[in-house]
Amino acid sequence: MPTSTAARVRFDRVEKSFAGASRDEAVRPVLRDVSLDVAPGEVIAILGTSGCGKSTLLRIVGGLDAASGGAVSLDGDPIAGIDTRTAIGFQEPRLLPWRTVTQNVALGLPAGTPAAEGRARIARLIELVGLTEFADHRPREISGGMAQRASLARALARTPGVLLLDEPFGALDALTKLRMQDLLLSIHAAEPATILLVTHDVDEALQLADRVIVLGHQAGAPGATIIEELTVPGTRPRDRGSAELAELRGRLLSGLGIDRHGSARGIETEAGIPVFPY
Amino acid sequence: MTNASAPTLPARRTRAPRSRTLTVVLGGAVLPLILLAAWQTIASLGVMPTSQLPSPAMVWNAGVDLAQRGLLLPNIGISVQRVFLGFAFGAAAGLFLGAIVGLSRFGDILLAPTLGALRTVPSLAWVPLLIIWLKYGEVSKVTLIAIGAFFPVYTTVSAALRHVDKNLVEAARAFGLNGFALFRTVQLPAVLPSVISGLRLALAQAWLFLVAAELLAASMGLGWLLSDSQNNGRTDRIFLAILLLAIIGKLSDALIGLFARWANKRWA
Ligand SMILES: Nc1ncnc2c1ncn2[C@@H]1O[C@H](COP(=O)(O)OP(=O)(O)OP(=O)(O)O)[C@@H](O)[C@H]1O
Ligand SMILES: [Mg+2]
Repeated sequence: MPTSTAARVRFDRVEKSFAGASRDEAVRPVLRDVSLDVAPGEVIAILGTSGCGKSTLLRIVGGLDAASGGAVSLDGDPIAGIDTRTAIGFQEPRLLPWRTVTQNVALGLPAGTPAAEGRARIARLIELVGLTEFADHRPREISGGMAQRASLARALARTPGVLLLDEPFGALDALTKLRMQDLLLSIHAAEPATILLVTHDVDEALQLADRVIVLGHQAGAPGATIIEELTVPGTRPRDRGSAELAELRGRLLSGLGIDRHGSARGIETEAGIPVFPY
Repeated sequence: MTNASAPTLPARRTRAPRSRTLTVVLGGAVLPLILLAAWQTIASLGVMPTSQLPSPAMVWNAGVDLAQRGLLLPNIGISVQRVFLGFAFGAAAGLFLGAIVGLSRFGDILLAPTLGALRTVPSLAWVPLLIIWLKYGEVSKVTLIAIGAFFPVYTTVSAALRHVDKNLVEAARAFGLNGFALFRTVQLPAVLPSVISGLRLALAQAWLFLVAAELLAASMGLGWLLSDSQNNGRTDRIFLAILLLAIIGKLSDALIGLFARWANKRWA
């Protein structure tokens, strides 16, 4: 199987703006001055309030959107369009309605995979995400969480060098979510890839990532940038209840504009993020 | 993770049991039988003179008579041939241009306004021009039928291709598909239902234009049989021609249904 080896992803002062929606807004700046160096095999969790540009950042790495400024490179090659080394799990499942789960997951196989090998890998991935019983069902016959798992399996089928996951566990119940997180970690251990994982779940970020970055707005500047970056101590699997993680959790939540009792969770603050008195 | 606790769904596609197929066939035959009985009743009551409303038996005999004189099959054959050729050319052109306009932005800008304008010309307006250019031969009739079949296919295919879910196309591109493979994997299955209904409409149009063409200028065919019988006051033959058009039209539509099944299996 043509397995890519984990790739280094380097963001260099990446900027992105979209055309404004109305006449008095010529451009809408979304990302500004994002610089980050991701080592091969590293797992990065990306946090940030809704609409701050997390999906946009992943789409740029996936070659689906072009940065308006700065550069992103994969192992030193500037990204120009869709690259076979990356695989993306979209925020929505985006399964082809006329194909079965198996056929949808097979779409992720790299071109040139021998048929038998591909079939075996697909069957294994479908089993790992717990969909064996539904392998021959169409997307409309499975639940939202199942569709999301199928979409995850499709991205994993690619054995990519860089795995881009946009809230892959958002629609899952707590138990299934823990299982899928463990699955991701075990696949990562067996077939190391660089993983960029967007999530809204601070605990998930701390559980899975080597480093966590928070995208957000700084007072007075348009567009979101990295307002918090921290390295998670310890090696995986981490103890979900450790005191050290609890401290980091508080820091991340305040980076998201939430006080430590978590009262404003998930609500975008228009006023922007104040300066951080750590 | 295992699915021990997952609920098992009922078998996915349950085959229609034989009794259901029978119900469908019999159910579909109910109304025609009632109409036939009503026709027979009215005809035998003598409410209308037979010159205006012949009985079913008279129509049947008119058919037998034509067949014995060797006139029935040639008339049917030439009409079917015209519809088939016109439909094939028109639908093929409609698929081709519909695909270009629906898939490429350039094709859309270049072709869509012109084709849109041509579409608004009532197709029968082409008749005088076709006759001047192509005379009364087969080509002018087939061309008219092709024009009639072209627009339903072109319109449905181009519109359907434009409305294919952009997210799905993007997802497939992100997984390395492009060009024909992308078309075959995403766009084609997505527009298949529209293509089929476009073909159905086109076939109905083809029959419509066949009768128009044969009524106007022909020496053979079911449309000619209609106009000829009108001139000779042969109401029985008019009924015969209408019944034949209904039956053959329905059969040709059933062929599209078969094609739809085959295409769904192959591409969707
Ligand atoms: N194609 C586009 N055209 C114009 N604006 C866009 C486009 N895509 C995204 N945006 C804008 O970019 C901003 C960031 O969008 P993005 O989807 O990256 O947010 P996000 O951080 O992923 O949010 P969420 O957590 O809700 O998924 C939004 O304000 C959105 O309106
Ligand atoms: Mg998003």
